[in-house]
Amino acid sequence: MNEKVDYGLFIDFGSTFTKLVVLDLDGERVVGRAQSPSTVDTDITLGLRAAFEQVDAAQGTARSYPYKLACSSAAGGLRMVTIGLVPELTAEAAKRAALGAGAKVVGVYSYKLTKGELGELESLGPDIILLAGGTDGGDKETIVHNATGLSRSSLHAPIVVAGNKVASDEIRAILESGHKECIITDNVMPEMGVLQVDKARSVIREVFIRRIIEAKGLNKAEEWIYGILMPTPTAVLTAARLLAEGTDTEEGLGELVVVDIGGATTDIHSIARGEATEPGMVQKGLPEPFVKRTVEGDLGLRYNASSIVDAVGKEKFQARLAGSNLNLDEAVSGLSQAPEYLPGSEQESALDTQLARSAARLAMERHAGTIQTVYGPEGPISVQYGKDLRGIKTVIGTGGPLIFNPSPAMVFGETVYSTDNPFSLKPKAPDFFLDDHYLLYAIGLMSEVEPNKALRIAKKYLRRL
Amino acid sequence: MEKNTVVLGVLGVDAHVVGNKIMEYALRKEGFKVVNLGTFVTQEDFIKAAIETNADAVLVGSLCGHGELDCRGFRDNCIEAGKGDIHLVVGGNLVVGKQDWEDVKKRFEGMGFNRVYPPGVSPKVVVEDLREDLQRKGHE
Repeated sequence: MNEKVDYGLFIDFGSTFTKLVVLDLDGERVVGRAQSPSTVDTDITLGLRAAFEQVDAAQGTARSYPYKLACSSAAGGLRMVTIGLVPELTAEAAKRAALGAGAKVVGVYSYKLTKGELGELESLGPDIILLAGGTDGGDKETIVHNATGLSRSSLHAPIVVAGNKVASDEIRAILESGHKECIITDNVMPEMGVLQVDKARSVIREVFIRRIIEAKGLNKAEEWIYGILMPTPTAVLTAARLLAEGTDTEEGLGELVVVDIGGATTDIHSIARGEATEPGMVQKGLPEPFVKRTVEGDLGLRYNASSIVDAVGKEKFQARLAGSNLNLDEAVSGLSQAPEYLPGSEQESALDTQLARSAARLAMERHAGTIQTVYGPEGPISVQYGKDLRGIKTVIGTGGPLIFNPSPAMVFGETVYSTDNPFSLKPKAPDFFLDDHYLLYAIGLMSEVEPNKALRIAKKYLRRL
Repeated sequence: MEKNTVVLGVLGVDAHVVGNKIMEYALRKEGFKVVNLGTFVTQEDFIKAAIETNADAVLVGSLCGHGELDCRGFRDNCIEAGKGDIHLVVGGNLVVGKQDWEDVKKRFEGMGFNRVYPPGVSPKVVVEDLREDLQRKGHE
């Protein structure tokens, strides 16, 4: 073997598995992969070293790597609570900022926090709190009230303040008097109808690198690698953005959607403006971020299998399993107790496919915009809420349940616009790509150092269905 | 002195945007901070925007003739939302058919609007009244 070849090592510390991919940076190809159970509870490096050894064994020789970069969703991921004023306005803007930063949003609060809510917040024990409220020069009273409550609480989480800038000096003083770490950044909604989440997102990522890695005991891994750069969802989102936009020298695929079906959640990422495509359409609601991530906490194929069945309706779901004599209740509760279980029989496999199809359809319908027709004195008027994704040409699928599914095309099919629900603005005629090498997180990490190569590798390995 | 913030918009299923743009221009020129929600605005949208921006006044345009129905309960909803003391202004083609203006005005005042303007009112009048009203309110 040629010792001079540059290899990159990309690691994902997941909640169950530590995954590792080796990429040949010159040949732009995947040369190895390994996974080992995560060992966050004891010593994170145990699982990492086990995976290293697998890779070295496969390579036949131990070698050094110019890049060893990681992302993490271990130890609960990046758990965040967001606080805003009006639920549909700054509270929603703050939630979108946190989701876009790769967080697992464990609580969303609006208006003035009550004592009860503060107690709830303390017991949630988030990693970071995002405090918003009021447009710049707008309402100050609520955010100051909430900062005071947080200041007096027993919470230790860093507080990112992205609310009314007029209140920021006062808020800093209040939070510092309570010995809270506070980072003031740009308002997530500086004016009505303006969503500005990029700054808050990058501040959250800085706090994640600087504080959360250490607080979760993940920094021990940094003796072995060069750094944990971001939460895993951010790595996927970064890859999606790179694939869509391309680089200065390498063309991207254009606007796209990534469907990430997992054991606990189903995430949808859209890199798209989503503007109205029909003339005369009136757009309403909070403006949409170009890079948007939604997380459906009730649509995981293992932990939440039963809530997928509930969301579809049990009878309807059973009907879709035509011919199966599986006891649905038993099968579903079995799945939630054994998250690593892979379907054994044909019937179990059919159940998994049906769960994946339902999760993909529901998650896409919640992510995509909708059209509503309202009737005025001069006839019907179409009002659009959210993103119009009908023109999207690329849908990329990732996540174990999709990658290992025997019929991924059927699952992808659910993400497409349908006349059964013509008001849901899902992509009309996209091409489907499957991330069957489980590469997206590695592409996101690699794009931080070698964006052109990362993009070419992604384009080479995403399999078109 | 801090600028007064006003929320502006056209209420209900109503696409008449011209007057809305003119009012926005007139208000900005006279030093108001204008939060223009545009057309097809619901009562809830007005009130939520007023909360986030801590607005001093809401200026409701209603041009389609359904004003009486659309405006019903506006003040009560503001009270519920904790913005009960906000200054409410309405104007446009509020009702259909030939109706006695004084009668129409009374009806809208009864709904809790502080100022009610007939069709064709000059933006200048609206802006001057607004400044006076807010100044008076500030001294109270």
